[in-house]
Amino acid sequence: MDTELMLKVYPFFLEAAWVTIQLSVLTAVLGLICGALGTAARLSRLAVMRFVGAAYVSVFRGTPALIQLFILYFGGPQIGIQLDAFEAGVIGLGINAGAYMTETMRGAIISIDKGQREAARTLGLSRWQAMYKVILPQAARLMVRPLGVNLNMLIKSTALVAAIAVVELTYTAQRYIGSTYKPFEMFLLAGILYMIIITVVGKGVSWLDRKVQIT
Amino acid sequence: MTDQTAFVDIRHAQKSYGALEVLKDISLTVEQGQIVAIIGPSGSGKSTLLRAINDLDALTGGEIWLDGVQVNKSLPHRQYEKHINEMRQQIGMVFQHFNLFPHLTVRENVTMAPTLLKGLSKDAAEQLAREQLDHVGMLDRIDYYPSQLSGGQKQRVAIARALAMKPKLMLFDEATSALDPELVDEVNQVMKKLAEDQMTMIIVTHEMDFAAAVCDRVLFMDQGVVVEEGPPEVVFRNPTQQRTKEFLRKHLAGAK
Repeated sequence: MDTELMLKVYPFFLEAAWVTIQLSVLTAVLGLICGALGTAARLSRLAVMRFVGAAYVSVFRGTPALIQLFILYFGGPQIGIQLDAFEAGVIGLGINAGAYMTETMRGAIISIDKGQREAARTLGLSRWQAMYKVILPQAARLMVRPLGVNLNMLIKSTALVAAIAVVELTYTAQRYIGSTYKPFEMFLLAGILYMIIITVVGKGVSWLDRKVQIT
Repeated sequence: MTDQTAFVDIRHAQKSYGALEVLKDISLTVEQGQIVAIIGPSGSGKSTLLRAINDLDALTGGEIWLDGVQVNKSLPHRQYEKHINEMRQQIGMVFQHFNLFPHLTVRENVTMAPTLLKGLSKDAAEQLAREQLDHVGMLDRIDYYPSQLSGGQKQRVAIARALAMKPKLMLFDEATSALDPELVDEVNQVMKKLAEDQMTMIIVTHEMDFAAAVCDRVLFMDQGVVVEEGPPEVVFRNPTQQRTKEFLRKHLAGAK
């Protein structure tokens, strides 16, 4: 193993890791927004909204994220959507992650005992007041861990945007293989950096999970 | 419309789930300050009737009136939501499984609804919480979370939470059924106190002794109908209906 080469190129990989982190953060934010909207739709009083929510989840979980990215980035211009690779990556992966997060959030909300909603409504709280004062504060605590799993998957899925030439970790590794012919070292380096990011995020999630639990 | 209505006036309440009829044309009136117990075997419809009074379970037919206002008015969705939220503020309910909010302290459980719905100031809410918790003997637990309380204590807080909205009517849905036997009495004591305060109450219960001691009237329900109704001394001592006799025999024997 050529450790000397690895030490030489790793500053460039660090830069690429920074792109991966930016991608992850933006994707996570968009995913949470889409997940919240998807959850609201799936739990709506209106059948149309429930259908839209369910369709969103099954379409984006039922097709490969890579295909979704390709449709958006390569197919988009045909229907008037012009995005650069980074934008397409964030939007494509964010909407995809949102579908998974919808199921996570909805699962947490419906797992709250129905007596909680009944008690709130009995006191005179509206549907919305019962949701944000009683159900959500409890459900949010249950969401932390499973959303952490979603986040873990999401970070790893950012590797897919290498296929549309976003210069993040995976793409950078491939590019350095082209000039060094050392795929083992280059991919290992990328893998180590992914692992560091995911470990730090995982610790953060565990910390948050402990912090929000009801005493 | 209506002529003079009773304080609580249930008229021809009917409820079915598809072909299954759980309430068959039930009418019941309760005067202000009266305490009515509803007894009967499980599946008799007694909880459904109680939950229909604040529209937690909507009736499929009939009317519910409280103090001259129809609870289950026919209104467009948005208007109905507003109306029912206002009605529910006047109807306190206590559940078998307490349903305290576990993420809130005892204080917050009591003050949340009045603060949110009546715009109470922080000081006024604090005073209200202290008053209500003192009334049920839980003032010393004001900073606790529900998970730190016993079942009886939880139920007393749940009663205080309902009372904090200053309801006109209190509904108890088997309030002591989930409690360990030694914790039943503390909740019964609180309910007795409410009776002394002239609170109008409708109580679904399995506790015949308690019903006999506090209630003005007892309803025996079976299979969606009121089989027998009257003062407790009559219903418990000299029931006229065969089904009532059988239920009481089984139940009183089972209790011993």
